[in-house]
Amino acid sequence: MKFAVVVFPGSNCDQDAYHAATAVLGQTADLVWHKDTSLKGADVVVLPGGFAHGDYLRTGAMARFSPIMREVKVFADRGGPVIGICNGFQVLLEAGLLPGAMLRNRGLKYRCEHVHVRVEHTDTPFTCAARQGQVLRIPIGHGEGNYYAPSDVLERIEKNRQVILRYTTPDGRLDDGANPNGSVNAIAGLCSEGRNVVGMMPHPERACEPLLGSTDGLVILQSVVQALAPIGCEGPFARGGGSQGPALQTIGS
Amino acid sequence: MRARVFVTLKPSVFDPQGRTIADALQSLGYGGVEDVRQGKYFELELKTSEAGSARALAAEVADKLLANPVIESYRIEVD
Repeated sequence: MKFAVVVFPGSNCDQDAYHAATAVLGQTADLVWHKDTSLKGADVVVLPGGFAHGDYLRTGAMARFSPIMREVKVFADRGGPVIGICNGFQVLLEAGLLPGAMLRNRGLKYRCEHVHVRVEHTDTPFTCAARQGQVLRIPIGHGEGNYYAPSDVLERIEKNRQVILRYTTPDGRLDDGANPNGSVNAIAGLCSEGRNVVGMMPHPERACEPLLGSTDGLVILQSVVQALAPIGCEGPFARGGGSQGPALQTIGS
Repeated sequence: MRARVFVTLKPSVFDPQGRTIADALQSLGYGGVEDVRQGKYFELELKTSEAGSARALAAEVADKLLANPVIESYRIEVD
């Protein structure tokens, strides 16, 4: 399978994502410039971390208008798996591919550290290899990761089981002290209503080799490989199986 | 014409920067400042010389780019 890693001016985790896709997962990958108008037949799209367009105006605000985003939206609307990591998550929010917005961190500090996140739901292409309730130790690095949604939107995304990662203690308990940025409901990761678009503030690509101090991020990246593999994950993202997920087997054809 | 666009966080949205500035002012002895809300200010130089169309154009770009309607609202002045 093939990854497309989108490169905006100011992206700085694109090479890490490319390395994780190729050297760690053994898949093929393309770096796709933001002015390109084709995803080059990719099976999965990664919007990497960084500071797209300098984060001018608001994080992700300018990147939303990059030409490649039109293709990303078409790909997502067809059910293709898209993951936005950190700044990529912020871009997905600004682009309206995920609900809500990011505010400045509660403590105003740029937080760069390992955090613990609990996998809430495994029926997405980026969590299907994980166990429900599994706690992952993955690093964050952001100044604006304080997730916000108006109460009606929040109620809807909780009801739809779209919150797929929450900041917790190492043993998986919700605790305000374990929430590094003040995100409402300790939200660290979200999926779309169709469950194929995922945004998360922690960086799985920075936690996928022992040398990096944690390999817990690997399960996120392996999930999408499994979801698209002939056998697939169990559940709606199983290739050729499942009853409610989008037909991933058509993507990239 | 010139349009001035003031973008601020909606009243329902917590403003950690404004809160910190308010705290700083308190610690400087400005007890008369009860709260601070931080925002953004834009000056748009527009080709049109008609106030109605200037306002409409400013509102369009504010909706599309300058403000994020999820968390922010805006106010426009034209002259």
